[in-house]
Amino acid sequence: MVIQNADRRMQIYGALLLLPAAVLLGTFAYLPTVSTLVNSLFLPGFRGSPPEFVGLENYALLIEDRTFWRVARNNLIYALGTIPTSIALALGMALFVNARLPGRGFVRMAYFTPTILPMIAAANIWMFFYAPQIGLFNKILGALGISGVNWLGDPSVALGSVIVMTIWKEAGFFMIFYLAALQSIPPELKEASDLEGTGRWSFFWRVTFPLLMPTTLFVLINALINAVRVVDHLFILTKGGPNNATNLLLYYVYENAFSFFDRTYAATITVVILLVLAVVATVKFTILDRRTHYQ
Amino acid sequence: MNNDDKRIRLEEVSKTWGGQAAVDRISFDVAPGEFVILLGPSGCGKSTTLRMIAGLEQASDGRIRIGERDVTHLPPGDRGLSMVFQSYALFPHLSVADNIVFGLRSRKVPKAERQERLARVAQLVDLEAYLDRKPAQLSGGQRQRVALARSIISEHPICLMDEPLSNLDARLRGEMRREIKALQQRLGMTVIYVTHDQVEAMSMGDRVILMEAGRIVQDATPDELYNRPATAFAASFIGSPAMNLVTLAAAADGAVIEGEPRCSVASHDAKGHLLGVRPEDITVLPAHASGVPAEVVDAEYLGADSIVRLKVGSQELRARLDGVPSVNQGAACRLQWAPWAAHFFDSGGGQRLALQGYDLSAAPGRLRQTQAAQRSGVTTSPGPSGKHSPGVNP
Repeated sequence: MVIQNADRRMQIYGALLLLPAAVLLGTFAYLPTVSTLVNSLFLPGFRGSPPEFVGLENYALLIEDRTFWRVARNNLIYALGTIPTSIALALGMALFVNARLPGRGFVRMAYFTPTILPMIAAANIWMFFYAPQIGLFNKILGALGISGVNWLGDPSVALGSVIVMTIWKEAGFFMIFYLAALQSIPPELKEASDLEGTGRWSFFWRVTFPLLMPTTLFVLINALINAVRVVDHLFILTKGGPNNATNLLLYYVYENAFSFFDRTYAATITVVILLVLAVVATVKFTILDRRTHYQ
Repeated sequence: MNNDDKRIRLEEVSKTWGGQAAVDRISFDVAPGEFVILLGPSGCGKSTTLRMIAGLEQASDGRIRIGERDVTHLPPGDRGLSMVFQSYALFPHLSVADNIVFGLRSRKVPKAERQERLARVAQLVDLEAYLDRKPAQLSGGQRQRVALARSIISEHPICLMDEPLSNLDARLRGEMRREIKALQQRLGMTVIYVTHDQVEAMSMGDRVILMEAGRIVQDATPDELYNRPATAFAASFIGSPAMNLVTLAAAADGAVIEGEPRCSVASHDAKGHLLGVRPEDITVLPAHASGVPAEVVDAEYLGADSIVRLKVGSQELRARLDGVPSVNQGAACRLQWAPWAAHFFDSGGGQRLALQGYDLSAAPGRLRQTQAAQRSGVTTSPGPSGKHSPGVNP
C-alpha cells in the first residue's frame, strides 16, 4: 500500500514537471490545430448568426476551387524550384568556404548576410532589382542592348523571379549547417584517402556526402517547411499576382481569412496543408533515415 | 616487387612555419625491411617528419627519396606507401570490409581480387567475424586492427605509423606491440614508427632515431641508445626512471658530486660537467663501505623493485633496488657504481664526453674505508647486467 502510494506520488511528480511544457504546447500548438480542424467543418455565420455546421462541404468546395489548385501547383513548382537548388548551392558554398582561401571569413560572412536580413527587407532590395524601368537587371540588360523583362508583372516570369529571390535568401542559411557539419569531419579521413590516391570527386561522393546526410535530411525538412511557411516576400513583391501567378498556399490562406473574411475556408486549406506536410515529412524521415549514418 | 622500393632516404629535409623550423635539416636512411622508430617528446618534429615522408606535408627544403625516385614533390597517393593514423582515420559510415578495401576501390582493383585480398588480410589481423560491423561497434583494439588491415591490404612496401597505440590501454598496447612487430617481420615491410613512448621504441625498433627540437639527437640501435647515450637529453629520455644527471665540482683529488667533496668520482677533466648514472646501475651499501656518501630521502615500492631517492651533497639521485626496500628514511649509506656505468656529458651542449669514472669500490678518496664487515642496514642487489663486467658488489 505504502509502495503504491510512493509510486503514485512519483507519477504525479513527473506529470507536474511536464506540465509547463504541456500547457505551452497544448495552448499554442494542439488547441489551434484542433480548433482549425473544427472550424473547417462550419460555414461562417453572417450578421451575428452562429456558424452553421456543414460537415465536409468546405472540402468539397476546395476540390472544385480552380484557384486553390492553381495556388497548390504554384507552391509545388516553388518548392521544386527552391529546395534542390538552394541545398545544392548551400553545399557548394560550404565546400568552397571550408577550403583554405584568402579572406575566408569575409566570404563566409558575405554568404551568410542574406540570412540575417528580414524577409521583408530582402524583398525590398529585390524590388529594386526587379523594377521594370529603374531596376538593376533591366538597366544591365538595357546597357547590353537587350530589352528588359517585366520580372514581377509578367505571369510567365513572376514565379521564377520569386523563386530566385528565395534561393538567394535561403542558401546562405543552409550553408551554415553544412559548414558546421564539414568542420566536424576529421581531416585525417581526407589524408587517409589521399594516401590511397583517391580523387577529390570520388572522396566527395564516397565520404563527404554520406557523412553530410544527417545535415542534408535536416536541411531538406527545413527547406520544405519554409517553402510552405514563409510568404513574407509576396506581400512586398507581388501580392500573389499577377492573376494568382505567384500565389502560394499560405498567402492564399491569408487572403481568404483576412481579405475575403472566409475564415472557415481558410481553416480548410490550412488543414490540407498540415496533412500534406505531415505526410511528406514522415516519408522523408522513414526513407532517408534508414540510409543515413549518424555519428 | 623490387626490394629497392622499400629504401627511404631523407637528405637535409627541413620544415619551417613562419620562420620557425619545426624540422631542421635532418638526414637519415632507412634500409629495406627495417623497423625504424622516430622517438622524441611532443613538439620535437617527429610527426612532421613522418608527414613529410607521407606527402601530407610539403618539405620546405631538402630531398626525400623512396627507392630511386625523388618523391619530394609527389602527391601522397603516388609515393607507394601506406599509413596508420593515431586516430585510425576510419570512415565511420562504412563497414569494416569497406574501410579495408577503400584504397583498392580508389585504385580500381577488380572486385574479385578485392574480395580475395580482403579475405586474406582479415584473416591475418583476425577480423573475419567483424567485417560487416561499423567502426563505432568495435573496441579500440579492433579499430586499430582495421587501420592496420587497411594499410596492409594496399601491399605497399612501406608503412608509416603515427603513434598508433597511444589510444589503447596499457595491456592492449603490449599485445599490439608484439602483433605489429610480428606482422612487420612476416610481411617484410619497411616501417617508420613515430612514438613518444620509450618502451615502444626500445621493444619494437631495429633502430631508434631520437629527436629534439627538430634535430636528430641520436640515431642508433636501442641497445646503443641505452648504453651509450650521445647527449644528456638522450640519457634523460631513455630509461624509467630516467638516468640521474648530477653536476660535478672540483676537489683535491678529482671531480666530485657538487656539495659532496669527500669522494671523487672522476678525474679533474670532468669537473663542471654532468655525470650520468642509471638508477639500475647504482648499488647502495652500508655507511661504512667505500663509495659516495649519501642519505636516503624516501623509497617507493613498485613490486618487483623499488625506487630509492638519495641525497648526495646538493644533488639528488634515484636508485632502483630489487624487491622491498629495507632502508630507513634519513639513513646514511654509500653508493657505488662500476666505472663503465658512469657517463659524462658536457655541461654546455650536453654532448657525451670520452671520460672514465673512478672505480668507487677502490676509489682513492680521502674517506675511503676498508672495513669488510657488513652490519647492514641496507640490503643491496647486483645492479648491472649485460655485456659489461659487473660492478663491484659486496
